Order: sequence, then C-alpha cells, then structure tokens
Amino acid sequence: MLRLIAQRLGLGLITLWAASILIFVGTEILPGDLASAILQNSATPESLAEMRSELGLDRPAIVRYGEWLGNAARGDLGHSLASKRDVVEELSPRLKNTVFLAAYAAIIAVPLAVALGLMAAIWQGGVYDRLVNFVTLLTISVPEYLVGYILIKYLSVQMGWFPSLANVTPETPTLDRIYLTFLPVMTLVLVVVAHMMRMTRASVLNIMASPYIEMAFLKGLPKWRVVVRHAFPNALAPIINVIALNLAYLIVGVVVVEAVFVYPGLGQLMVDAVSKHDVPVVQACGLVFAAAFILLNMIADILAILSNPRLRHPR
Amino acid sequence: MTELEFLKQQHQDGRVSRREFLGRAAALGASAALVSTMLGSVEAHAAETPRKGGTLRLGLGGGSTTDSTDPTTWTDSVMVDAGRALYSGLVEWGQDGKPIPELAESWEIKPGAAEWILNLKKGVTFTNGKTFDADDAIYSINLHRGQTKSGAAGSFKVVKDVKKLNANQISITLDSGDADFAYVLTDYHMMIVPNGHTDWSKPVGTGPFTLDKFEPGVRFNGTKNANYWKAGRGHLDAIDITVINDTSARVNALVTGQVDAINRLDPKLANLVGKNPKLEIVRAAGGWHTVVSMMRDRPPFDNADLRLAFKWGIDREQIVKALFAGFGTVGNDHPIPKTDPYYNSSLPQFKYDADKAKFYAKKAGGTPTITIQASDAAFNGAVDMATLMQASASKAGLKVEVKKEPADGFWDNVWLKGPCVTSYWAGRSAATQMLSVAYGPDAPWNESHFKDPKFSELLLASRAELDETKRKAMIWELQAILHDEGATVVPAFRDWVDGHNKNVGGHTPHGGFDMDNGLIADKAWLKS
Amino acid sequence: MRLLGHRLTIPALIGLIIIALNVIAALGAPLIAPFDQADVVGDAWGDPDPQHILGLDNLGRDLFSRLIYGARMSIGLSFVITCLSFFIGVVTGFTAAVMRGWVDLGLSRLVDLLLSMPTLIFAFIILSVLGTDLPVLIITIAILDSVKVFRLARALAMNIAAMEYVEVARVRGEGLWWVITKEILPNAMAPLIAEFGLRFSFAFLFIAALSFLGLGVQPPDADWGSMVRDYRDMINLDSLAPLYPAGAIAILTIGVNFVVDWMLSIHSRSHGEGA
Repeated sequence: MLRLIAQRLGLGLITLWAASILIFVGTEILPGDLASAILQNSATPESLAEMRSELGLDRPAIVRYGEWLGNAARGDLGHSLASKRDVVEELSPRLKNTVFLAAYAAIIAVPLAVALGLMAAIWQGGVYDRLVNFVTLLTISVPEYLVGYILIKYLSVQMGWFPSLANVTPETPTLDRIYLTFLPVMTLVLVVVAHMMRMTRASVLNIMASPYIEMAFLKGLPKWRVVVRHAFPNALAPIINVIALNLAYLIVGVVVVEAVFVYPGLGQLMVDAVSKHDVPVVQACGLVFAAAFILLNMIADILAILSNPRLRHPR
Repeated sequence: MTELEFLKQQHQDGRVSRREFLGRAAALGASAALVSTMLGSVEAHAAETPRKGGTLRLGLGGGSTTDSTDPTTWTDSVMVDAGRALYSGLVEWGQDGKPIPELAESWEIKPGAAEWILNLKKGVTFTNGKTFDADDAIYSINLHRGQTKSGAAGSFKVVKDVKKLNANQISITLDSGDADFAYVLTDYHMMIVPNGHTDWSKPVGTGPFTLDKFEPGVRFNGTKNANYWKAGRGHLDAIDITVINDTSARVNALVTGQVDAINRLDPKLANLVGKNPKLEIVRAAGGWHTVVSMMRDRPPFDNADLRLAFKWGIDREQIVKALFAGFGTVGNDHPIPKTDPYYNSSLPQFKYDADKAKFYAKKAGGTPTITIQASDAAFNGAVDMATLMQASASKAGLKVEVKKEPADGFWDNVWLKGPCVTSYWAGRSAATQMLSVAYGPDAPWNESHFKDPKFSELLLASRAELDETKRKAMIWELQAILHDEGATVVPAFRDWVDGHNKNVGGHTPHGGFDMDNGLIADKAWLKS
Repeated sequence: MRLLGHRLTIPALIGLIIIALNVIAALGAPLIAPFDQADVVGDAWGDPDPQHILGLDNLGRDLFSRLIYGARMSIGLSFVITCLSFFIGVVTGFTAAVMRGWVDLGLSRLVDLLLSMPTLIFAFIILSVLGTDLPVLIITIAILDSVKVFRLARALAMNIAAMEYVEVARVRGEGLWWVITKEILPNAMAPLIAEFGLRFSFAFLFIAALSFLGLGVQPPDADWGSMVRDYRDMINLDSLAPLYPAGAIAILTIGVNFVVDWMLSIHSRSHGEGA
C-alpha cells in the first residue's frame, strides 16, 4: 500500500517536472513578449528595448529556465516581471480563494450528483429518470457564463437576494464569504453536477447486470437497498475518477465564472499573466494547476483501489 | 422624455452650451420663464456645494493583475483613474478643454514657443512629508524622456532640455516651437513623484488620497490625504475601486448598488442605467476614435483611387449605430473630433455612396482584395467594425475580407506591420499633438506610413504659430490633406460613457478620458 | 416504428427528428435562410417582425438566417472534430492497452501531462503559433480532446485485452490493427458511443471559448457558440437573442443523446441475451 503511494508520488513529480518544461517552452514560443504586451500601442522601439533589458528578457531562455527551476525547488517562484511582486505572495491569496470556491462547490455538488444518480438508477426508465436526463443535458450544453448571467439577472438584480459581485478580500469573514460566493458556486454546481450524475447512474446500472445483484434481488431485498448497499460500492471506481476530473475542473477551469462574478481567483491571474507574457507567474500558475490535477488523480487512484474489496483485503 | 427635457439633460451633461440651449429651447416653443427655471435647475445642479466625507465605490473596467503604480506603465482606465487619486500633475486639462494650473501655478511662453517657463506651486507636501520643488518636477518629467519605457515617451520626444531656474521655477526647452506644449503636460502619465523615487510598491504623491490597499487587477483602496493642497477638491474620506472587466458584471454592480459609479458603460446596456430612476448616464464626446490604417506605400493601398473607393464604400453611420448604439459620431478620416476648437467643419463628409465607390474603383483600374486584419485586442468591437465594413463595401462592389487575428501578440505582430489593420486612438488634448504622433515627420506610431513633406512642414509651422487665426487656417489645411490623401480611415469617434448613482456629485463629463478624465477621485463627492 | 430491425422508442424518434432537422438546415442553409449570413439588413438588435422572425443580431443581420448558417459551421466542425478526436484517442488508447510496457507507460504519462495543462491556454499557445486556419483549428481541438478519449479507451481496452480470446489472437500472430478492430472495438463500443454524445456538444462550446481569445471561426461566418458569446449581454435587457443559439446547441445535444441512449439500450439488450 505504502509502496503504491510512493510510486504514485514519484510518477507525479516526474509529470510535474515535464509539465514545467512544457509550460516554459509554450510561453517562450508565444508570439509577442511582455514588453510590448504591457506597452500596447504606446510602445516605441526605444521604450521596448529598455523594458526588455529591465525585465531580463534579453538573456537566453535556457539560462532563465535553469535558474527558475533551481529556485522553485527551494520554494522561491521568483518575482512577477510586470508588478515585481513576489510570485508566492501574489499567488497564495488567490489560490486560497480558488480552493475555497472549489471546495464549497464540491461539498454541494458531489453528494447532490451521487444522490441524483442513484435515484435515477433506482427509478431507471421512469419519469424522474427521463426528467433528470433532460435537465442535465440542458445544463451541460449551456455555457457557464450564460448560466451565471441568468442567475445574476433573477436572483440578484430582480430579487435582490444575493450580490452580483463576489469580490471577497482576505479580510472577509467566512460567513460573509459563503454568502458572497453563493451565486458563483451555484453556477459551478449546475455545470459539474450533470457529468458526475450521469456517470454515477451509468456505472451503477452497469453493475446491476452482475449475477450477485440478481442474487440480492432473489433474497427479496427492495431495489433501493440493492442499489445503495450492493451496486453502488462496487461502482465507485469510475465514479471517483469522474469526481476527480470535475474537482480538477473546479480548480483549473473556472476563469469564466471568476470573470462574471469578479472573483479574485487563480484563473484570472493566469489569463492576465499569459496575455502579458509574465513568464514566472504563468509558470507558477501552471505548476499549481498541474500539481492540483496530479494530486487529485493520485487520490482518485488510491481511493479507487481502496474501494475495491479484492485489493482492500489482499489474501 | 420630451425633447425639452432631453435638451436639459444635454445641457446638464455639458453637451449643449447655455446659448445653444436657450436658442433651441425657444425654437421648441418653451416660454422664457420655463426656460429660465430649467436653466436654473441645471445650473444649480452643476453648482451644487460639495459635501465632505464618505467612501466612493467605483467599479472600473480596464484593470489587470500586471498593473503598477508606476505612471510610466499606465495604459488603461483603472490605473489612470486610481493614479489620479495618488498623484497630481503639473497642468490639468480643464472642463472647457483649456489647460489650467495644477502643481504648475502659471507658465510663460517665450516667443517662438520653443521655451517654456513653469512657476511651481509653493508649500505643497508629498505624503511622505517632503516639500514639492523644482527637482521633483524635473525628475518626474525625465521619467518620460530618453531611455525610458514610458508610454508618454513619444509625446516628450520634443523636449530638448529641462532646467532648474530656482527652487520653484523650471524651464523646458523644445526641439521646435510648440504653442500647445501645456497640453503635453496634461498627459495622464505626467504625474509628479518625489525626486529619485523608485519603489513603486510604496507610492508617494501629492494627490487627494494615500494608498491603503492595492491588489493589481482586483482592488485599490485609498484613504484621504490629510494634507491635500488643492482648493475645492478632495471631498471624499476614502476611495474604493473594484476592478470589474466584464461589461455586464459592471452594469449589474451599479444596478444592484454594489458600486456608486462605473466607467465604460456598454452602449447597448445604457438603457439599464438610463431607465433606472436612481441612476444616470454620464456621457462626453471626445477624441477617442477607431481607425483602419492602410499603408500608403504598400500595394494595393498605394493607389489613391482605391483608397477613396474604400472610403466611400463603408457605412460610417451604421458603425456608430451598431458598435456604439449611437454614443458616438462619424469620422471624416482625420483624427480631430468635432469637440476640438480646431475641427475643420468645411470638409465634405465621407458617407456610404455606392456610386462614388464604384466610380473610384473603376478609376483605380480594378478591385483587388482588401484584407482587413482585425482583432478585439485593438478595441472591443474591432472585428465587428471590420465585418460591417466588409458588408457595406461588398454591396458597393469592392472585395473586402476580414482576417481575425489572435488577440495575443496583436500589437507586436500585426499592428504597424500589416498593410491594413484595425486600431484605435484615445485622442490627444491638442489637435497638433494628435496630428504629430500619428502623421507627423517623426511620428512614433505612423500606422499608415504617411509621409508628406508639405504636411510635415505645415504641421511644424502650425505648432509654433501663436497667432490664432493663422494657426486655425493651418490646422484646417492639415485635416484637409489627411481627408483627401491620407491612408487612415477614421470611421467613428466614440463618446466616453460612464454611469453613476444619483447620489454621486461632481462626476462631470470630460472629453479627454472616462471618469471625468480620470479625475473622479479628486472632484466627486457623495450627496448623502 | 422500427429502425435497423429495432423498435424505435419515442425519445429516440424525437432525437432522430431533431438530428434530421439540423442536418437539413446545415446542408440546405442557402436555400432555407431568408438572408445571407453576412447581409446587414437593418439596425442592430432590431425587433422581430414577419420578415425577420427572430429579430436582428448585434450588427443588424438576420438572426434566424445566422442560426441556420451557424448549424452548417457548428455541426460540421463539431462532428469532424469529435470524429477525429475519437479516432486518435481510441487508436492510441487501444494500442497502449494491447502493447503494455513502455508504449503504455510513455503514452499514459504524455496524456497525463497534457491533461494537467489548462486546455484553453494550451490551445491558445498552439493556435497562436500555428495560425487560425480552419484545418489547424480542427486538428488542434481534436488532439486536445483525444487526450480525454484516450483515458477512457485505454481503461476499457485494459479489461478486454486481458481476456483469453484476445491473448489467443495475439499468440496466433494477429497484427495490432486486427486485434484492435476485430476484438476490442466491438466490445468497447457502448461506453464509447455514450462518451461521443457528450463530447460532441462540448466541441461547440470550446470553439466559442477560442473565439473569445480572437481565435476560431473567421467572420462573417456564424457559429452557434460564438453567437451565444456575442449576444450574452442582451440577457440583461430581457432579450431572447442569446437563448436562440444556446437553445439550438441544447436541443441538438439532447437529440443526439436520446439517440445514443437508444443505441445503448439495443446494445445492452443484444449482449444481455447471451448472458
């Protein structure tokens, strides 16, 4: 068990390192550079050259990469080229916000999705199953910003129940935070529930065809009991995988929701940094995203193994 | 809204002069008594006494996580508006379009307009306690000269030397005479910082606020500078800026009362503000204009007749209507707005005319494909503008294609490189300045490769000319040359459109920039 | 009613009708649409009238006509992209599962690496460098999407490849291609079809997301995803404009998935009979 975790960790670190190279190469080959991205159309050749040398962009890429990797290993992610601020300092409050939003959404979405999925499996083919199927297909095919705009229009502008801005600050108390971020969280929940719910339903139904489930039915157990007690635990592996993918999305992919609700998360920082070619910030964000993804996948793998009785009780 | 009320609103917004208001109101058949009552209420509105105190909450678009309090790096609204809360300039661009004293109390122009003497205000202290003097002014000017990354470097190229005459007097020598140099000093980059200041994480200025919290791209909080020097300004206790780049989110924040004022009100959403009894639109016509710049020395744009065919083949009215929902005016292929005192009103207006377009296309000897390279990185709506041009020009028999370029790297790889590219200008305070930076002999951003000896000579002469009548004639001529022979198409000027809660006072329209030319933190107050 | 020898359920019938209508719209766009997609026929956001049944768009073009032309661009693009990404993902995924060892390790790590990058930004970098021509756009999105298909395909094939009959085939000396197409694909078809139904609609939204970065479909061509994006602010003014293209995407998604569900039920029934 421990060996397995160690092995996964090692693989994860290698992937992370490869990711850092990929991100660096990516930002290097992007057309345009920081100096002109910042100055836009007030750039003159002289002001560009001056800004480039000030930012150290005139040194070879490999030297900059080597330096950065060495420092990153020591926990120093460098300074933003644009704002000169410490990247770690710039990143950490936003990372906290991103994790808060993702966790808040996950706490609501995961149980909801699993419950809805199980119910759909129990009443397979019924009116409820059809209705849920229809609604979830609808929510995945509407872009998240439109969902956000509609929520703002009705719950904020017309009813006045929730604020349209989720502009939290580090000083905002937790209770206020929960209230302020309610609409973005609802938007995210609507976006991710569908996928997880559909996978829960499909996996459970897949297991329902197994002989031992038929055994359970023959014993005279009610259908909900068979689904919840017998089928669900055995269908966990694919469900956990999809949940991990969606959690990763909640951390990595919420740029649009951040923009609509003016939420200071990591996504907006990354997009700004990419468009301004602020390499240290892009790389730091990229590393954080890659790490989050790799970590979640690792946990999913391990949980999937734990959920499998044959692996849980090796004999 | 009746027409009379509309007029009243226009007058209140500063779009219609008092005389014009009186004349047009009379023409509408309003009685003299009614007109004077209305005028009274308007002017009372304008002359309302500012109230002290309170926190003004602004929701501003145009911010980024790469923003800095270093004035040389500013390009967008959030830092221009926030910067004005921290710093003061030497010369302010007044409401009436004239330069007015700020930290430069007065100035003297030597004959030929190549030497300027600035008398600096005494007894002003920075937020770190230092007293403002000539060294600070010289240091601050030099931030934009020579080896600099400043966005104002182009405008300050003309400065040959800055000398200290005494503790409160400096002289500025220019390469060539420029009677409008005071306008260069109103540039939003030209903020005063203490001599030798380099640590931009701790800004020091003489503005109405001191920095409290600054998270680039997220928020900016300032608290009242207790030693603020400007009389009749700086009414607020605190300023609270939230960066809201999404247009809908900005309007919704104003509608739901989470902010008191917003900039860049999307014209198509203006009704959400206009119809709300608690809110108000603040609108100012100004020099912001869109351009499609064709390079005059590259085929097919070296063909003057083809350029004319294109100029007559695009529908400017349609662009103003669709892109700006009417919050703008058509352009006439020169960069001087109607609000400028030197605007040439005698030039024939280009408008969509299929016959003329066909005539010039025939004269040009064919219709080669014109490819417009467009990107919303240029300005929001650039691709739509090019698409509209394509639609109308094809109706007039021209072949136009739109190539949407990636937003990233647009300024680097496409702008100033492609032969026909969308772009914009925020405008300049003085007509000669605007003509110099984009069309002059050493123009740093000569988008259309416009080189014309007669134009250059006339431009230099007009800059140094102190006689108003002669000057006006020259600047009119310059516009006429661009209109007829220029390769830059200026389809439209866009108004600056802000919105605010009626509780906000002193937020007046200004043609220079959004939010009262960035001075909202300095000039506005809360009524309750 | 029956199709391909199987009884057609009501949802499946609805799904087929939706798909048929969309295909007709896509193929016959110039005949059906009352105006050309590039024609400016009035003022921006003009109200609906008998001639322009859904009103006008942000530039004064007929919204209904653009919706019809958008079907052509959106459905065509999404279909090609999804097919391509399934082809790449399934072939590499099956290969990894059958070959095992270094091939599997290498491909899986590479896929993990690509997955760990934010897709949008990755696409942004590639398209900025390679340009935004339609073929480049299609191939880029397809490759990025195929990574997700790879994982599913590999997981499915892993189980199947462990079956005795596949091992027998390998020992018999059958080639990789034969094993993939004859042994694995038929047995992994059901989950792959289900995934196809969802991925197909994700492609619409992804094209729109790219258009936000100034990449994607060139003007004046219409595509549904970008139409939603261009009209989105109008929701604040009680305008239905953004809901038409969004609804078009949603209805097609639902239609496709109804048919997919029906195919799945046929599949499981025909397989279930033996069990």
